[in-house]
Amino acid sequence: MSTQPLLEVDHLKVDFRTDEGLVHAVDDVSFRLGQSEVLAVVGESGSGKSVTAMTLMGLTRSPNARFEGSARLRGQELITASDDELRKLRGKEIAMIFQDPMTSLNPVHRIGKQIVEQIQAHDDVSDAEARDRVVTLLDRVGIPRSRERIDSYPHEFSGGMRQRVMIAMALSCDPGVLIADEPTTALDVTIQAQILREMRDLRERTGTSIILVTHDLGVVADIADRIAVMYSGRIVETGTLDEIFYDPQHPYTWGLLGSIARIDRPRPHRLPSIPGQPPSLIDRPEGCHFRPRCRHEFEDCPKYPELEGRIGQAPGHDDRCWLPVEEKRDRRVVADGQIGLEAEGATA
Amino acid sequence: MATEPTVKPTDPLTATPATLDPAQVDPAAPPATGPWKLAWRRLRRNKVALAFGVLFVLLILSALAAPLWAEHVANTTPDRNRLADQIIVDGKPRDIVSVRGIPMGPTWRGEYFLGADENGRDVMVRLLYGARNSVFIGLTAALITTVLAVLLGLLAGYFRGWIDALISRGLDVLWAFPVLLLGIALGVSLATEGLSIGPITVAGNSLWIPTLIIGFVGIVYLARPVRGQVLGLREKEFIEVARAQGMSDWRIMTRELLPNLFSTILVFFPLIMANAILLEAALSFLGAGVQAPSPSWGTMIDTGLDRLRGAPHLTIAPGVMLIMTVLSLNIFGEGVRDALDPRAKVRLEH
Repeated sequence: MSTQPLLEVDHLKVDFRTDEGLVHAVDDVSFRLGQSEVLAVVGESGSGKSVTAMTLMGLTRSPNARFEGSARLRGQELITASDDELRKLRGKEIAMIFQDPMTSLNPVHRIGKQIVEQIQAHDDVSDAEARDRVVTLLDRVGIPRSRERIDSYPHEFSGGMRQRVMIAMALSCDPGVLIADEPTTALDVTIQAQILREMRDLRERTGTSIILVTHDLGVVADIADRIAVMYSGRIVETGTLDEIFYDPQHPYTWGLLGSIARIDRPRPHRLPSIPGQPPSLIDRPEGCHFRPRCRHEFEDCPKYPELEGRIGQAPGHDDRCWLPVEEKRDRRVVADGQIGLEAEGATA
Repeated sequence: MATEPTVKPTDPLTATPATLDPAQVDPAAPPATGPWKLAWRRLRRNKVALAFGVLFVLLILSALAAPLWAEHVANTTPDRNRLADQIIVDGKPRDIVSVRGIPMGPTWRGEYFLGADENGRDVMVRLLYGARNSVFIGLTAALITTVLAVLLGLLAGYFRGWIDALISRGLDVLWAFPVLLLGIALGVSLATEGLSIGPITVAGNSLWIPTLIIGFVGIVYLARPVRGQVLGLREKEFIEVARAQGMSDWRIMTRELLPNLFSTILVFFPLIMANAILLEAALSFLGAGVQAPSPSWGTMIDTGLDRLRGAPHLTIAPGVMLIMTVLSLNIFGEGVRDALDPRAKVRLEH
């Protein structure tokens, strides 16, 4: 590694005490985020991707939460930072875009005022100066007639426009890291594409690094440099976009890729899905968490799989599956050139 | 209508970034319709509530005009006794207070418009000065209640945990006391000794004694709904966003939560004020509120009660004032609530 990564997360663990027992929401998550890199964290609901993102912001702190491991932003530890230190970083160094733009804006404030608030929470600038910055920001995220719209209320905006406002707000202090937690889930497909294009442009223009949390591999293909696939609180596979899409190592990744509806393939009888349910985060299977749903299970699976390079010639492409590489490459092909967990109709 | 746009705005969808030249931006664009403007539009359509709102304003104006009436129309002061005098009404002399001690009834003209009381004082003048006291106490007590209740409700709802436990249990204790008994107990003890906290000393006959008591006992009515609302609001995503923006707790409470509480506060304020005026009258009636010789509707009803048969105007006049004030505040308050929250379940039938 030649340059110091912007964000280093090492063996991060997050547990929550609940009435039902200890919930292991995030378990041994490690990753690196470089300057102006887009890392997509992919996984189904409850895989710990949002908790990972929120923990970096310190938003999961509560008397019932327990943290282990470390996360360093430009060398500064985030997990053990005081609330005060963290508050100075939030919005300024790490900003977040939330899932639902309809509820993320305070309904009683004009949108311009909300962004001005954020700017003034971190920088000592005059109202007029902050306002000018807001106009520039709104222009940058593609809000027409920004000089007038700055005085509108959130209810006068559509969902896509509100999400642009949220992005403008997140970008207002030029953060080094932008965390986008399912930023397009609540939007229609056409608006999704616009917002993603907007984010890609922003990365190119401002050099912001982005952590994109999503369950949609289609979104990822558009914008990500690297992908981390999460399952049951762990990263089960991580690699570059091409590595994950063309040489996936973990059966869960195969399942995800196999369940994308594709327009360039013959229409399947039924869209393939991954059988079974995600495991409970309280009482997890021993060893590989995906074991109960995996049809390639064998005797090594109950052993704890480290996230490590198992291919040899591809540094940075790590996974947590015990199967030998050659066998993986053989087993993941379910049909002519198609990757999946199992062939169509295998469970029927 | 002032909100009518003078120039039709261009459709934001068709306006491309190429047309974003600042010189072309229409300076007369319609102002954004905020939630307050929408509420005001709804309130304006509710004629009954508006009428009672106007009535309340008139009552306040008349209270403010009390010295003018006393000096220029009634030619007296609220404390001037004229026990043995006579005045000329319709050319005939009349005793202000008869030899048997019954005060004169309404003359319906300048002097003694509403008659005299047992000391020969002008009832109309005392009524107007009493209105000043009642409105002052009602308004100030309602302000004290609101400030303290919102502060406590915000702290309890936002921080939860032991702060909430402490505040909520305190409110429970306050709630467990019958308000009137608490008021009487505090009123009687403070009226005799006065109040002195550090450098602040309040005399026993000061209006501030009943004001503080009434403001204090009203806290429960507002602090609980505010706390409940804050508990709901703090889970909203925009509060999470504010936290992610790096806002401090104090900033989140004052800039994000407080503005969202304004509609609740606005709905409760007239009702709390009406309650405060009623409580003031009750305490004064029982001798634990405004102290003589300061006029107050409660004390006037109290002293008039002895002469109910011979001189009913002594109780009817302040009673009617009290009813009008409280009724106007309540109906106006209901109108405000309907305007701010059109989906509220309890509505006033018109």
